[in-house]
Amino acid sequence: MTGQPLLEADGLHKAFGPTKALDGASIAIRAGEIVAIMGPSGSGKSTLLHCLAGIVRPDSGHVRYQGAEISAMTDGERSALRRTQFGFVFQFGQLVPELTCLENIALPLRMEGVRRREAEARAAEWLDRLHLADVGRKRPGEVSGGQGQRVAVARALVTRPQAVFADEPTGALDSLNGERVMRLLTEAARETGAAVVLVTHEARVAGYSDREIVVRDGRTRDIAREMEEAL
Amino acid sequence: MSIGHTFLGLLESGPRHGYDLKKTFDDRFGHARPLHYGQVYATLSRLLKDGLVELDGVEPGEGPERKRYAVTSAGVSDVELWLASAEKPEPYLQNTLYTKVILALLTGRSAADLLDVQRAEHLRLMRELTRRKAGGDLADNLICDHALFHLDADLRWLELTAARLDDLRRQVRA
Repeated sequence: MTGQPLLEADGLHKAFGPTKALDGASIAIRAGEIVAIMGPSGSGKSTLLHCLAGIVRPDSGHVRYQGAEISAMTDGERSALRRTQFGFVFQFGQLVPELTCLENIALPLRMEGVRRREAEARAAEWLDRLHLADVGRKRPGEVSGGQGQRVAVARALVTRPQAVFADEPTGALDSLNGERVMRLLTEAARETGAAVVLVTHEARVAGYSDREIVVRDGRTRDIAREMEEAL
Repeated sequence: MSIGHTFLGLLESGPRHGYDLKKTFDDRFGHARPLHYGQVYATLSRLLKDGLVELDGVEPGEGPERKRYAVTSAGVSDVELWLASAEKPEPYLQNTLYTKVILALLTGRSAADLLDVQRAEHLRLMRELTRRKAGGDLADNLICDHALFHLDADLRWLELTAARLDDLRRQVRA
């Protein structure tokens, strides 16, 4: 790998009580690349994503974002990092039910202190981009699962983050809607230059990535790279 | 793929020359595996012999004569029957991957490595097809989806087999 990775984890260990979730996991993600983290249920892939995103502190090991140690940051610093540099898409949108879809998309901008009018104007651009123009005034409970997930994608990208973390983003969708969400997510990420860390157990979803890392029993393997190196 | 039935279906919209049939077939169904001219003319002569197509005209040209073919009513019935009948699902019981896994276990080699390498290769092809879908039309999307779902099924099998390797090793080597 040439140059400094955007995001890097090295020798991560994390246990929840007696259960080892990560047992020496390592990964490096370059700016703008889409990396799938795959593995069976309970293998530690979501914990790895949470450590990379500064949501969970590892018991040991290093997580660096643009060379800065995330695990050494205060809670406030990590929270600011998540708000300004990262975007998130979860399996079930996790939209705020009381807000309209437009307000949900504008929310990360409002939290950064952007004025309502400007935040909603920028959110409206994302509504158009994700083919959601007609749902802007509706609340999340009034839109379909696929539309809700596209709203979540728009909310993740509206701040132009450096990295988007997507944890099973199509897990609750049928094939057609899942495909639509993945296409829009990856196209928008490529256009804006955001890296995507994509946790999925679905190979068809991983097909949208540039490469995959497999997690088994809390350890990571980059099999494609190992194959290249063995040649 | 039944080339004969596909030709009959294509001829339903009107008579065509062998070359036209080949070109349409390759464009719509060939997917980087175009028909050989030998296949085209062997198929047409069989359909002619069976009374499913008939000669609609012969045009002299600079090279060989150009024959135009039309579908007969027997040909239309034949293609209708083909479209209405279910394809036999492939049971895939003679699978090379299965043989490799068992052989690796029998000979004390790493079946887990074999499965991981295969997994990476399947995903590489799935990425290629996913990229092709992005640039293709709906028909191209359909054929890529068909391949992607089959590769996905293989991958699920690879995952499940990887999860069962310890038990499998015990049984195979018992």
